Amino acid sequence: MTGPAERVVENLNRGLHELFAVDERVYLLGEDIADPYGGAFKVSRGLSTRFPDRVLTTPISEGAIVGVAGGLALCGQRPVVEIMFGDFITLCFDQLYNFASKSVAMYGRRVEMSLVVRCPVGGNRGYGPTHSQHPQKHFIGIPHLNLFELSPFHDSSVLLNRMLDLGEPAILFEDKILYGQRMHVGGRIDELVGFDFLDPRRDHARAFLFDQDECDCLVIAPGGLAERVLAAMRELFLAEELVCQLVVPAQLYPFDIEPLLPLLTRAGRVCVVEEGVAGGTWGAEVAASVHERLWGQLRAPVLRLNSVGAVIPAAPELERATLVQKSTVYNAIRDACRA
Amino acid sequence: MSRALTEPAPGTSQLAERDLERLLLIRHFETALLRLFAEGKLNGTTHTCLGQEYIPVALNALLRVDDFVLSNHRGHGHYLARFADPEGLLAEIMGREGAVCSGVGGSQHIYREGYLSTGVQGQNVPVGVGVALRLRQLGSGQLAAVFIGDGTWGEGAVYEALNLAQLWQVPLLLIVENNHIAQSTPLDAHMAGDIAGRARAFGVRYHRVAGIDINRIRVELAEVVAGVRRTPAPAVVEFDTVRIGAHSKGDDTRDAETVAAARARDWYTHYERAFPARFALADAAARRFVAELVVRVERRPPVGRRP
Repeated sequence: MTGPAERVVENLNRGLHELFAVDERVYLLGEDIADPYGGAFKVSRGLSTRFPDRVLTTPISEGAIVGVAGGLALCGQRPVVEIMFGDFITLCFDQLYNFASKSVAMYGRRVEMSLVVRCPVGGNRGYGPTHSQHPQKHFIGIPHLNLFELSPFHDSSVLLNRMLDLGEPAILFEDKILYGQRMHVGGRIDELVGFDFLDPRRDHARAFLFDQDECDCLVIAPGGLAERVLAAMRELFLAEELVCQLVVPAQLYPFDIEPLLPLLTRAGRVCVVEEGVAGGTWGAEVAASVHERLWGQLRAPVLRLNSVGAVIPAAPELERATLVQKSTVYNAIRDACRA
Repeated sequence: MSRALTEPAPGTSQLAERDLERLLLIRHFETALLRLFAEGKLNGTTHTCLGQEYIPVALNALLRVDDFVLSNHRGHGHYLARFADPEGLLAEIMGREGAVCSGVGGSQHIYREGYLSTGVQGQNVPVGVGVALRLRQLGSGQLAAVFIGDGTWGEGAVYEALNLAQLWQVPLLLIVENNHIAQSTPLDAHMAGDIAGRARAFGVRYHRVAGIDINRIRVELAEVVAGVRRTPAPAVVEFDTVRIGAHSKGDDTRDAETVAAARARDWYTHYERAFPARFALADAAARRFVAELVVRVERRPPVGRRP
């Protein structure tokens, strides 16, 4: 190893640079993405300087930007759109729901629509009610619309290529809290925790405690929650001698449960964690799949953890108390396993 | 050809055979759709362009085969003006074999190379800007032609897209078929200001077409369309037109006087008066053609299950 691993934001930025360098069909559209600003979260840094013809900084027009991306995709191009705050993706809903995803199939033949919408999401940054949400659930279950989430386990270059190769629109949810964290590489997170992948496509990353074969609780969580769950995992082991494993899928929808089945059957409890509020969520969708597939083999219903069903406050103490934290995961799993 | 067949009435220029045929094909095609609905043989909904047929027919001569047309819910005329495929379109609307989009899209969602229609208002304008952006980069002189109505200006997407089109100087021809009514809501109840002012606000070139004479429209618009390609830059072309039929099938709530005023502006009546003998021949031929087409398509089996 030569120094620490890349930060997630560096990995994502490098992934975009690589994508642009090898594929002339790739565009980036978004607000304030041009250098020297490089996007609100600096993910787009350097791209407009290297690829000025294909990096288009836009007016504040989210709906039109995704519409333009749809037009480019229709012409065989591969646009990537940056939505400054994922909360604003509501302004693009018509273009995603009624145009980009529909166009793949509504003309009676497959029309390739390679298009990625990147959305910084999530709280714990003090941005308040309209700049902190996880809007994933509003996009679940739309035919030909694929949902992914950034994670410290999945290389962005691989992920972006995979999304653009779908020939269908895809959304990449990027938990803002991840940008400054380090990528996990080489199968080892620290002296206590290692990781591997459950499937050849490397969709499902699995973090586990070294030298522990049993599993009191299998946690399924998207990338943004990885660090919070890992911290809870360590503490549950050290303080409670409870052994957890964590599965982090890159693709949220459609969700491939097959590679998880062997782990799920062996686990004492199954827990799904997400930062969004309960009610028609990805976590509910995963829990329903687990129940359908393993009814009769589960020791207890799937434990679902969400943030408090409330507007996300701006004040740090209030925000912390509203969103899923390490302690939320720790307490819930301890109580469930001790019950 | 006799004198009676070639002499146009004053104020109306002679039509090329092809144009007259295409106009009448669209008219009788859509009249047949309404009849089929009345007979309970068609399912769902349809939006006819009765009265507006001359717009796509006039424009088609100014468009290149490699231009990209983005149409809307009222798009049968746009399609038939561009493609000699009434059979594929009718099969699509009737859900029969040979349907251009395998029966999935139906009346409002049609796609083939260089042509696409969608059913949501305003959605096609930003998509058109995306297509035009690509065409600009190709430097081939191609353009994206987007059809919208007066009612579409209620959608914010149109304004976002027009702003981008002018900022980025893309070859977008925005064709506004202003028939003075959005479904059941008249223009004066849904639009403050006017379309010219909207184009001016973005610094976009604007041209208004008031007449129905196809040859004159082409002369009027030749330079506008050429400018979109050459500069390239967007342009808004507003057609002051009439919808003589209902919004959909039988939902016309306008009073008799308003409908009569619309009908008085129908190109059909004007051309019929201008060269009656020639018109009657072409009209009878188009009616016959459509009647036979309907019988032929109706006999086909329903579209098969998709793979």
